[in-house]
Amino acid sequence: MTTDTTTQQGETVLDARGVTMRFGGLTAVKNVDLHVNSGEIVGLIGPNGAGKTTFFNCLTGLYVPTEGEVRYKGTVLPPKSFKVTAAGIARTFQNIRLFSNMTVLENVLVGRHTRTKEGLWSALLRGPGFKKAEKESEARAMELLEFVGLAHKRDHLSRNLPYGEQRKLEIARALASEPGLLLLDEPTAGMNPQETRVTEELVFAIRDMGIAVLVIEHDMRFIFNLCDRVAVLVQGEKLVEGDSATVQSDERVVAAYLGEPYEDTATAADSDAPSSPAPQAQDEDQAAAEPGKENDR
Amino acid sequence: MTTHTTSTDMNTAADTPSPTGRLVGIPAPAARALATAGGALSLVSCFLAWTWTDAFPGDLTVYGYPGGLQWLVLVLGALTALFGLASYQVKGLRWLTPAGADPAIRLAALGAFVTAWYTVLAISLTLGGVVNLEPGGFVVAAATLIALLGALALPFERPKADPADPEDSGWDQFKHNAGQKWAVVKAAFATGPLAPAPKLPGYAEILLITAALAVGLGIFTYGIGTEYDELFIGFLVSAGFGFAALAKAGLIPRLGALTARHSNITTCAAFVAAAAFPFTQTNDRFANIGVNILIFATVALGLNIVVGLAGLLDLGYVAFLGVGAYAAALVSGSPSSPTGLHLPFWAAIIVGAIASMIFGVLIGAPTLRLRGDYLAIVTLGFGEIFRITVMNTDGTSGPDITNGSNGITSIPDLKILGFDLGAPHEIFGFTIGRFANYFFLMLLVTAVVVLVFRRSGNSRIGRAWVAIREDETAALAMGINGFRVKLVAFALGATLAGLAGAVQAHVTFVVTPEQYMFANSVPPNSAFLLAAVVMGGMGTIAGPLLGAALLYLIPTKLQFMGDYQLFAFGVALILIMRLRPEGIIADRRRKLEFHEDAEAPTVLGKTGA
Repeated sequence: MTTDTTTQQGETVLDARGVTMRFGGLTAVKNVDLHVNSGEIVGLIGPNGAGKTTFFNCLTGLYVPTEGEVRYKGTVLPPKSFKVTAAGIARTFQNIRLFSNMTVLENVLVGRHTRTKEGLWSALLRGPGFKKAEKESEARAMELLEFVGLAHKRDHLSRNLPYGEQRKLEIARALASEPGLLLLDEPTAGMNPQETRVTEELVFAIRDMGIAVLVIEHDMRFIFNLCDRVAVLVQGEKLVEGDSATVQSDERVVAAYLGEPYEDTATAADSDAPSSPAPQAQDEDQAAAEPGKENDR
Repeated sequence: MTTHTTSTDMNTAADTPSPTGRLVGIPAPAARALATAGGALSLVSCFLAWTWTDAFPGDLTVYGYPGGLQWLVLVLGALTALFGLASYQVKGLRWLTPAGADPAIRLAALGAFVTAWYTVLAISLTLGGVVNLEPGGFVVAAATLIALLGALALPFERPKADPADPEDSGWDQFKHNAGQKWAVVKAAFATGPLAPAPKLPGYAEILLITAALAVGLGIFTYGIGTEYDELFIGFLVSAGFGFAALAKAGLIPRLGALTARHSNITTCAAFVAAAAFPFTQTNDRFANIGVNILIFATVALGLNIVVGLAGLLDLGYVAFLGVGAYAAALVSGSPSSPTGLHLPFWAAIIVGAIASMIFGVLIGAPTLRLRGDYLAIVTLGFGEIFRITVMNTDGTSGPDITNGSNGITSIPDLKILGFDLGAPHEIFGFTIGRFANYFFLMLLVTAVVVLVFRRSGNSRIGRAWVAIREDETAALAMGINGFRVKLVAFALGATLAGLAGAVQAHVTFVVTPEQYMFANSVPPNSAFLLAAVVMGGMGTIAGPLLGAALLYLIPTKLQFMGDYQLFAFGVALILIMRLRPEGIIADRRRKLEFHEDAEAPTVLGKTGA
């Protein structure tokens, strides 16, 4: 990405503090802290109904958290989802929500909405500025389609794409808003191992563009391959946070997923080699240090 | 019509178990010959006398010169014969059927049959007996029947039979069998794949477009000028079947591709063709119909931005037309206008448009927070509130603004740059009457609306509208300020309606609250506007224009329907929604939406919206 949304390695991009979401008497998310540094891929896992998507919706302004606040690069996020996108957080949806009767290219162009300014008048008058902006948007959109490998399908209706490509298109559409943080809600749901591999590569490539990624996923191999840090959400509360080894070896996580061990026969947590949980401490420091008021555009 | 006539043939279809189906059991070569010869014979028979007296309108008594309904049969007979010859691969005619001749022959023959038999029956019924037919009447009846039998006997690819489950109940078996038969009939009329178009030089393509538009204008002018009910019904039937036959032959899709390639030229040429319309008329009465159609169509096109692009179901849209009309009438210098202002036209039309826009924003701001059905109900309410408010601001039950139910009367004619639109003028030796003058003025407004629709639809904001229509949550998550974008659509639609209203006030001399109801038997009302958009084709430009023309012409021409008009309208709406849910002219997007499995292409060209 070429814009100012990208930041140096290590700066806090997203900082959620004490986020609580209550629906009537039900507390879906309870006092969750999470931060994402730039250049980082953070995973969010948890059993079904743990509140992962609700937490996502709190981050993107679809829900207004009952308590707590979410900061993006130091500024508190506005409670409207389109303003959140404008601020620099883009997302995909758990159940694909493309504009199914628009073409692939048009879908990505819609993603460019916040980064272009042409209103009704310029559309009606069609001045040189309008044409230039349209051309630029199209060029940028084609770049992104190239990036996810859909450039040859630009004029297909998005509904006619195969499932895996729809997922990719959704990512391209989210990237079109030039985000500093990308939230992926189960990007590999329903994919076969091969497609999952491809998605993994794609997420790494996005990270390399300087965009921080927060990803919800149930595919543990995917998560542990991908993420620098993993947070586990169970019944609305954050249980553990740390690198993959820490999380995998944590008995509470295993218990949350598989139920309390009946006897002392731990089922999981023995497959992967243990590694040192050292880099975690550094993260904690950064969260404490208030990041500079780097206001985005 | 189609279903009725073919239903008798279903039994025969079910009896023939051949893999290549045919609806009537005649060998294929004989059938083809019969169809072609029948078509030619029905063409010839139109030059005979069909009846002995000119008591039946249209004077069908002359040998050697067709009149009235005979022309329609002649055209359809000629189409049948031409398609028949083209199916023999006759050199020079093959271009007629790029998508295969047989379905086209079937439809053309069916059309000729229906029109001819309708005429013959109408003659017998009005004049009291078959006795009143001259030999020509019997000849045409026989000829069209022969052509139809031949056409139905042409072989087609029969869908695989799927026997009913014998364990099913009788009703289920019946349903299953009926479905099978229907599938066979549908297969008989299915279009083949379109042959690749030959390369033509650019000027030839433009000439073709021009020719097609000229034919279109001719057909439209003919339809507007039909003098009696029988002829208009015959016209509708033949136009419908003729259009369907051309579409099945592949000519309409091919023309569509041409116009898509030269969309600017087509638009300009269409306006030239429309501007030529008053010159084809000697009677200002038809120009009056023309200008009313234009007003209706323009407002429908404005509504298409709101409904077709942004997906906001607005049931009170006619109120914006009313606001524009009232605002323009108040400053028109009418003696019953309490303001007493007399602004020039350019100022009046701006006042009308701005008043509508303000009204649109005022109504839109609270209502657009609702979605779907709730929005529809609230807009319906606001539409009625407008009418009732206008009714009551008459000086007794409210302030004296609009003169209540009497409305603002005797709105003076416009004078633009010294050109009096109220008086007839001589142009190129043609007399251009009052309504023709307004027709030209309205055509300019229509052009503006078409331009606005095209440009706004194909832009950042247009994409945002479509995105909101498709999935509002996702659109918001993509950074679209949903409320604001919807409000722009709403206000833009209102403004365009206001433009049309300002002209309408001057065309009709008078504005009254009754002109702006939700449902009424006179077309520009919210229900008909929405129907014009939906029937014509949401999201297209030509669709609402065509839908509005049909919805205005049919009630105007078929006065005898009287009280059954709204009923017939409802039936027509149901049929269209069942048979062609994307509307008469399909937005390519919508076509894909409704016919997932069908032959629809998966690739959409750049000129999508």
